[in-house]
Amino acid sequence: MGFFSKSFDKLKGALKKTADVLNTDVRTLFVPGRQIDDAWLDEFESKFIRGDIGVKRVEELKGAIREQWRLGKIRNANEAEEIVRKKLLSFFPAEDRELHFVPSGPTVILVAGINGAGKTTSISKLAWLLKNEYQKKVMVCASDTFRAAAVDQLTIWAERIGVEIVKHKMGSDPAAVAYDACEAAKARNIDVLIVDTAGRLHTQDHLMRELTKIRDVVAKRIEGAPQVSMLVLDATSGQNAIAQAQHFTKAININGIFLAKLDGTAKGGVVVAIRDQLGIPIKFMGLGETPQDIETFDPERFITALFGEKEPTAK
Amino acid sequence: MFDTLTDKLSGVFRSLSGRGRISEENIRESMREVRTALLEADVNLKVVNEFTEHVITKALGQEVIHSLQPGQLMVKIVYDELVNLMGPVDTRIYFVQPGPTVIMMCGLQGSGKTTTCGKLAMMLKGRGMNPMLAAVDLQRPAAVAQLRTLGEQVGVPVYADDSKIGEHGNVPRGAAVAVSRAAIAEAKKTGRDVVILDTAGRLAIDEELMAELRDVNEQAKPHQIYLVLDAMTGQDAVESARRFNEQLELDGLILTKFDSDTRGGALLSAKMVTGKPVKFLGVGEKLDRLEEFRPEGMAQRILGMGDIVGLVSEAMEKFDQEEQAKLQEKMEKGTFTLDDFMSQMTQIKRLGPMSKVIGMIPGMDQLTKQFGQGEGEIEGQMGRMKAIYDSMNRKERANPDSLDGPRRRRIARGAGVDVQEVGQFMKQFEMSRSMMRAVGGMGMLGKLKLMKGLMGGGLAGLGQPGGPMIKTKKSGWQAPKDRNKKKKRR
Repeated sequence: MGFFSKSFDKLKGALKKTADVLNTDVRTLFVPGRQIDDAWLDEFESKFIRGDIGVKRVEELKGAIREQWRLGKIRNANEAEEIVRKKLLSFFPAEDRELHFVPSGPTVILVAGINGAGKTTSISKLAWLLKNEYQKKVMVCASDTFRAAAVDQLTIWAERIGVEIVKHKMGSDPAAVAYDACEAAKARNIDVLIVDTAGRLHTQDHLMRELTKIRDVVAKRIEGAPQVSMLVLDATSGQNAIAQAQHFTKAININGIFLAKLDGTAKGGVVVAIRDQLGIPIKFMGLGETPQDIETFDPERFITALFGEKEPTAK
Repeated sequence: MFDTLTDKLSGVFRSLSGRGRISEENIRESMREVRTALLEADVNLKVVNEFTEHVITKALGQEVIHSLQPGQLMVKIVYDELVNLMGPVDTRIYFVQPGPTVIMMCGLQGSGKTTTCGKLAMMLKGRGMNPMLAAVDLQRPAAVAQLRTLGEQVGVPVYADDSKIGEHGNVPRGAAVAVSRAAIAEAKKTGRDVVILDTAGRLAIDEELMAELRDVNEQAKPHQIYLVLDAMTGQDAVESARRFNEQLELDGLILTKFDSDTRGGALLSAKMVTGKPVKFLGVGEKLDRLEEFRPEGMAQRILGMGDIVGLVSEAMEKFDQEEQAKLQEKMEKGTFTLDDFMSQMTQIKRLGPMSKVIGMIPGMDQLTKQFGQGEGEIEGQMGRMKAIYDSMNRKERANPDSLDGPRRRRIARGAGVDVQEVGQFMKQFEMSRSMMRAVGGMGMLGKLKLMKGLMGGGLAGLGQPGGPMIKTKKSGWQAPKDRNKKKKRR
């Protein structure tokens, strides 16, 4: 699809920008001919820890390289690159990351996350993608009735993108809004209903229960819904994102992750741990402020872009 | 993950304290665990490396090697250094005369700027000031509306100019400056003494938007600039903080979302790289949930240590060191008596409710949970043991081996417990006596370790009368030989 190759450039551009600015470009590590030694291993460690991959995983990678090096199986840095790349890729087993739509009736995407993760902006991206690339009839549901002006924010996006919105007054019951949205989506032959929820810290049990309630209401109104329970994660977040994923999974059984704000100086490496430990697929990446700045997650490309200039292997 | 990390860290210190001699290599080894702990807490790698080197130097300088209690000393150095790094604490806001004092808030998208603006306005209002909020975020949809709502909630006027709002990338250059200036002029006119500028969230590498911030800085001349940073930020915290500080010369940091379970290494990273004080922490969604920063407790949180430092210092306070040394000698000789055993239990009781004491030991929270109704159980058991002891005559206390069947039955009747419980009690004393000999040379942390090990093993039987838990206390602490002696001393 044209969209994807185009957006891949975007991802690469974003990550390259990051690499340029940060001077953490791993390419200097993997220069052909550069010898592996202790200094190299230290540099490797520091560059990869900065990607928020997690100290344990970096040590694992480092250990693997060191072992091969000690055994004399590799000597050059570019040989190490292959090991790292393979190992990183192995954290992302082949799996289905596509969005699937039910043949009849609305497909529901329930979106959740902590405060400020980027839920509303990510929803605008999803809505744009579904409307323009998938040609779907999209409706958004403003179930964030808590944060000041959250409904207004979603309303503005809905208008700009040109999708329908169901909303109540601020402070009303978010589950009630979801109820109405489900009914409206069925009545108006909507293909995809995206439910926005208020940001909540995963440690606040009562708010997590509220989220479960919203999910239950949706499930009651539309059979098999929500088909997608999506967690929006901030790419700048550190190891705490793992705890977030765990708690949200407990509440609404997360089955997809939207990695937002990947256009910054952060690399979002924590998703490696999340995929590896929790088995939740990463589905999309947010790469900017506008609705078009979205890409489906492809581990090979993610890692390749992370590594530098090499073109991804043909798909 | 959290618990095992905690265990590991304190484990290293405990194993250090268990050894007679400590080498530089041991210290480096222990710092490796600290290093991992800090990295897991998202403290920036560079900061971590500097920190560990610093602590090692300091540890060598303080002669941890020759210390009798190296583990303790290491904990103290690590802790002190962390607290040190987070200081000097300065949570004041500097106001200018004549006003209004202009405070600019900046940060990445979603860090919590707008909410924090509302919180800060509320705090200032509570202090008798007359703040005003200014909506300088002209690009995020409904950001202005959000600030207006917050202003209404806290009863603070909001200056906004809807005509300047635009989509991302389409806000005309100068609009943010114009709004800021107009807001300040308005504040002057209406007698407001503080203006809080809520700027748009931006990436520190977004040249255009950073230029906008610089413009506001140069032309509206805010007196204080605060960076609002998400406490859950990873390794990037240092990068963002550094860039914002380079371009704007920050005056302080505000860390948000500290009511989550984040270890909050971002705080340390940002503080280290900017050298700017942490002013406030956001600790809840409600608008009054803004706290002045205090480094106490933050060091433990970052290390994931539990309150072991609190426990050690509390124990130190309540146990007489010299008496302890004397008792230690006594124990090594194996002359630990039933009297010592009981007086020790009293000492431990002095530390407070057992559940609290246990809770202060890293990795023990899980165990406290297992207790369920733990508090009462433990205290109840200690009470029964006291009753058994009180039901003995002096001869029996001095020579516990003389307790035969009839004596035991009598004691049980007197104490209102089963005969088996008296037997259990004696067994525990016996075990603790032999333990005391073994424990003799250990430092406080070594004892904690022993205590913990025993607790872990003994918990299953805890509910039963005379379960094996009491021995934990004896092994954990040495009390002065008897309290009369202590009194005399004073």
